[in-house]
Amino acid sequence: MMRRGITRRLPLAGLMVALAGLFLPLAGVAGGAAAAAEEVRIGSKKFTESVILGEAARLLLTEAGLAARHRRELGGTRILWNALLRGDIDIYPEYTGTLRAETLAKLRLESDGALGQALRARGLRMTPPIGFDNTYALGMTADRAKALGISSISDLARHPRLRFGFGNEFMDRADGWPALQRRYGLPQTNIRGLDHDLGYRGLAAGDIDVMDLYSTDAEIAYYGLKVLADDLGHFPAYAAVFLYRADLEARAPGALGALARLSGRIDDAAMARLNGAVKLKGWSEARAAADFLNTELGLKVSPGTRSAAARLWENTLAHLSLVGISLGAAILVSIPLGVLAARRRRAGRVILGTVGVIQTLPALALLVFMIPLLGIGAPPAIVALFLYSLLPIVRNTHAGLAGIAEPLRRSALALGLTEAARLWRIELPLAAPVILAGIKTSAVINIGTATLGALIGAGGYGQPILTGIRLDDTALILQGAIPAAALALAVQGAFEIAERHFIPRGLRARGQET
Amino acid sequence: MLMLEQVAKRFGAVRALHPLDLAVEPGRTLVVIGPSGCGKSTLLGMMNGLVRPDSGRVIFDGEVLSPVTLMAARRRMGYVIQEGGLFPHLSAAANVTLLARTLGWPPDRVNARLEVLSALTHFPRPALARFPGELSGGQRQRLSLMRALMLDPELLLLDEPLGALDPLIRFELQVELREIFRSLGKTVVMVTHDLGEAAFFADTILLMRDGRVVQHGSINDLTQRPEDPFVTRFIEAQRGHWQTGDGAS
Ligand SMILES: Nc1ncnc2c1ncn2[C@@H]1O[C@H](COP(=O)(O)OP(=O)(O)O)[C@@H](O)[C@H]1O
Ligand SMILES: [Mg+2]
Repeated sequence: MMRRGITRRLPLAGLMVALAGLFLPLAGVAGGAAAAAEEVRIGSKKFTESVILGEAARLLLTEAGLAARHRRELGGTRILWNALLRGDIDIYPEYTGTLRAETLAKLRLESDGALGQALRARGLRMTPPIGFDNTYALGMTADRAKALGISSISDLARHPRLRFGFGNEFMDRADGWPALQRRYGLPQTNIRGLDHDLGYRGLAAGDIDVMDLYSTDAEIAYYGLKVLADDLGHFPAYAAVFLYRADLEARAPGALGALARLSGRIDDAAMARLNGAVKLKGWSEARAAADFLNTELGLKVSPGTRSAAARLWENTLAHLSLVGISLGAAILVSIPLGVLAARRRRAGRVILGTVGVIQTLPALALLVFMIPLLGIGAPPAIVALFLYSLLPIVRNTHAGLAGIAEPLRRSALALGLTEAARLWRIELPLAAPVILAGIKTSAVINIGTATLGALIGAGGYGQPILTGIRLDDTALILQGAIPAAALALAVQGAFEIAERHFIPRGLRARGQET
Repeated sequence: MLMLEQVAKRFGAVRALHPLDLAVEPGRTLVVIGPSGCGKSTLLGMMNGLVRPDSGRVIFDGEVLSPVTLMAARRRMGYVIQEGGLFPHLSAAANVTLLARTLGWPPDRVNARLEVLSALTHFPRPALARFPGELSGGQRQRLSLMRALMLDPELLLLDEPLGALDPLIRFELQVELREIFRSLGKTVVMVTHDLGEAAFFADTILLMRDGRVVQHGSINDLTQRPEDPFVTRFIEAQRGHWQTGDGAS
């Protein structure tokens, strides 16, 4: 009987530490792989063309005998630009127009020729143009354009009731919608921001009348769209180039020569075909890029894509490490904070207020806030997830301790138990069911939110979801969504088993009554 | 053994205890009695520092109770709070032995003491593995007492230990409890609101009303030499209508 009494309290006392310990080792699993030697890291924006160019760069560098890794779909221009400046990546495909009108807009550069100087000042370089010019354009279905007699952007001014749907980036850019509207004096007010890839479907379904296009979009031909003439010459040239860090050649000799093989080789039509191969024929970006390199440059590269199972495993490891590290750290931090909040009323108000405010920040905003501090990839995602995981655990620890019946508290005092013994032997065990419920809530929220980590290059189950949205590929979306849901359910189940194990019969019976 | 000097306590506007002097003599049983809310629990809580006096001081075994001396003093006092206060997450055995184990007693000594106490309080051995929620009311009271006696304290403070029991079990436990006190020779302070129970246990009785002591003496003093009309009224009320012959016959 005695032995039983003693062994029972041990798991109770170590419950929180054990839980944290359970999640932390997962960290090493995915983290260890990242430490390869001088590896050239290529980034790409989260649209198909950028990913194809990224794949092409990866294949060319690999062909040249260099270790190259492609971190796909990292986000928009800001994220890639900052990642390059920080050295999180070495190379990414960019457009001269974007640099002049957006990234370096303050410099008011007159021509692409002035770009080299401006980049040099920032420790960056760019390759000669790849060939095609992917400028912005506005488009409508050919039928509707014909019916309304619209052939140029100026013509839009006569139809104030038209509904516009613009990609989020186009809505915000310095040379995007606001400038375009001013330049052409466009009167429309029905403007929706939406994902670029959803725009085509909106146009086809008649939900919107006009959308922004990239001139190499494969969908222009597929949907039979009319590209409206930029008759006032508003959009600058958008020549595709690779941006890279000045130290690239020194660190990876031969990298520049490899990239140069692409210069001037992909024209507008070729790029639109490559985009079409991925978006309309369902090829992987690697296959499209390899196919191009082999037929046009006479190389013999293989796309080197991995099996679906290998990708699932990789995403699982990345997701588990995001969740594991962030949740483990949150447990270790939140429980002491909750205890402090329960012990000191004033500190408690500050603590609960602060973690409450953190929780109200939109997840995406929090992720993006982290980039200037921690760059891209897993670290900023982990910190954001950690911050999100705090509130449920802190609040439940506080509530669990505050909810302990007064007679039990007095009884523990009257016995003459030390402060530490009261905390570990009485208060934390009594609060354990509530604390565990808080950890469970945090875990489930964390697993779901971690899918957003893919937006900043953290990988995980969000990666196939992101790609699936881009390619309008439901099967791909499900490859991320189903494992994420399954993981959430599995973790929930694991917690129920843990509850049965850790929470003594005496408390469980009471829990069922209430 | 225990001295209270001019101790007083107020909770906001409520004067729970007016300044009061009291000496608890070693080896004797003092019963505190009075109507509900008169300050009995407050007085008892002061004796082991659960309630901190606004003024005055409590002296235990020659030392003033202070934050420094409190912890050691509490381990020399067994306390059974009014609601029992058994820890629901610990087995009966673990409830009793928790303090001893945190103080580093070797398991043999802990077990031996547990054996002695379960025999003393007639607590059924198999029930030691159960949780408080799985015990009867009488068993819970025996358990609270075992826990209070674990370190063999000199002073026992009991706040209505039998208050929640039905009359038959209560009657039985009163007899057993008095046997235990007599055999151990402990100093006991017990709170009750029942005069019969007080008379059964007490060497001296402290009758309280609205935070003041009305009379302190033996049961004979209270019945034969009441110092205040309230004493007589309290005794009359406790006898009830049946014994005073007011009942419908
Ligand atoms: N912690 C407290 N806070 C506020 N009032 C209290 C507190 N404890 C006791 N009191 C009040 O002090 C008075 C005496 O209470 P108590 O000593 O518990 O009485 P008794 O045990 O005789 O029933 C009552 O009026 C009660 O409401
Ligand atoms: Mg009371």
